[in-house]
Amino acid sequence: MTSSIAEKRDITSKNKNKKRSQWAEVWRRLRKNKMAMVGLGILIILIVSALSAPLIADYEDVVIKQDLINKLEEPSLEHIFGKDEFGRDIFARIIWGARVSLVVGIVAVGISVISGGTLGAVAGYYGGKLDTVIMRIMDIFLAIPSILLAIAIVSALGPSIINLMIAIGISYVPTYARIVRASVLSIREQEFIEAAKAIGASDFRIILRHIIPNALAPVIVQGTLGVAGAILSTAGLSFIGLGIQPPAPEWGAMLSTSRAYLRYAWHVTTFPGVAIMITILALNLLGDGLRDALDPRLKQ
Amino acid sequence: MHKYIFKRLLLLIPVLLGVTFIVFTIMSFTPGDPAQLILGESAPPEKVEELRAEMGLDDPFLVQYFRFVGNALRGDFGRSYRTKREVFAEIFARFPNTLILTIVAIAIAVAIGIPVGIISATKQYSLMDSISMVGALLGVSMPNFWLGLMLILAFSVGLGWLPFAGFEGASSIILPAITLGTGAAAIITRMTRSSMLEVIRQDYIRTARAKGVAEKKVVNKHALKNALIPVITVVGLQFGYLLGGAVLTETVFSWPGVGRLLVEAIKQKDTPTVLASVVFMATTFSFVNLLVDILYAYVDPRIKSQYSK
Repeated sequence: MTSSIAEKRDITSKNKNKKRSQWAEVWRRLRKNKMAMVGLGILIILIVSALSAPLIADYEDVVIKQDLINKLEEPSLEHIFGKDEFGRDIFARIIWGARVSLVVGIVAVGISVISGGTLGAVAGYYGGKLDTVIMRIMDIFLAIPSILLAIAIVSALGPSIINLMIAIGISYVPTYARIVRASVLSIREQEFIEAAKAIGASDFRIILRHIIPNALAPVIVQGTLGVAGAILSTAGLSFIGLGIQPPAPEWGAMLSTSRAYLRYAWHVTTFPGVAIMITILALNLLGDGLRDALDPRLKQ
Repeated sequence: MHKYIFKRLLLLIPVLLGVTFIVFTIMSFTPGDPAQLILGESAPPEKVEELRAEMGLDDPFLVQYFRFVGNALRGDFGRSYRTKREVFAEIFARFPNTLILTIVAIAIAVAIGIPVGIISATKQYSLMDSISMVGALLGVSMPNFWLGLMLILAFSVGLGWLPFAGFEGASSIILPAITLGTGAAAIITRMTRSSMLEVIRQDYIRTARAKGVAEKKVVNKHALKNALIPVITVVGLQFGYLLGGAVLTETVFSWPGVGRLLVEAIKQKDTPTVLASVVFMATTFSFVNLLVDILYAYVDPRIKSQYSK
């Protein structure tokens, strides 16, 4: 008798736990993944230093102001990454550059997730002709390599930070449309959607409240990896002169100007690239970890 | 099978029309009057008007688009604003350079990726496996144009073994090809490893081992053949991707390919060249993807049998 009550209690408390902690469960699994935690740690350091950039170095005085007498100065204790071709502290420029990269990366992915996600959800939920039309258009976009599409858009609209975010955002729309459509297709047929329909919920409400939250997992994974891709694209476009324009500090733009001084100053080229690599690495590690944590079935 | 190929080729037509339409529409947002650009700032307005009419710039958008497609089908992409030469001829002169670079790059990627992936999978969790997985992770995280700069720094500036940039002799392809191929090598390594790991767990591998087939033969004959099927797709897709994405590598090494032509054209606001290069590269990309699909159907008997009916 007592044991069965205890058992019951145990079951209810387990259920309670399960209900309360879907995200806590994901977090628990993620925390066990050392590589993902390394990635998350690096990202937190990056975000904190990007946020506190004004405390580390003054924008006008250190990041922009030229000091030609000390140009291309080698790394020293005072300037740990040395100085660039205009005598500006490279460490300060990299920290300020983190702001640009992270903002462009996140906003660009936001644009693609929102527009691609909406298109994918509509296509998957309604199906039929609408689905065919939307997905065929997405196929056409997929036939253009994303970097080329971004190059074409920026070269037509002109280089600016806003256009850069739009260009990169648009170039990744089809990816999210496909992912969201696929998950919506599998969710659409489930019973709780039928139940929501039966009690008279509108399509809009069903998509927003019932379908999107359940289709979120693959989008989060792809979004994390997508920020990495967007940061790489930003750096690449800036490198060929189509992204962030000098003197604003951006990692790819810094590499672009450093090319001319490759023979004389190794540090000008080395550090901005290391910054990009570490950021991408961190996002990739976290993205891979999230994939395993959100869908443990995928992990063998 | 022929029916399948024919069907895929037919499906390519609307995709390519769509691709050209998107690129054409995007490029039409470019500010500035093409007629003015050709004649120069100081040209008299009536001359500009005349040329506008002659070029059909006053026609409705769709008319202009279909004229562009019609001309493009005959290999006429117009003339460059800058050099006044035929854009198509210019692209075709540059394309072999991009193609060679891409082929060498993908060859390097395959030569590294497949063996390393196999060793990683057969010796899972060994030191060798960890090293190659970390290497692959770094490979996908590195911006390739930066890798190019670092290679120049090490091998041209530091050691002086290889040319700095440009297109002089066979040795000048080494650094650009490594630069372009590294990302693909990393992806191929990962793909080979995971595909191999999956195959090794299959029943027929256990059967082969149980009946006493030598481990070497199990890996090389029974596992590898099956594991390589998805790898072939990845290699093909990477090839298409590199062909289109060679833009940055070509810029770093001043490699005279289509990608660099595109970047120069953008800087000089040479819209016909930009439009034609993007359309050309996207078309090539689509064709490569189609070839990969067909090849995939050929190497995988399971898919082949689906279409042979």
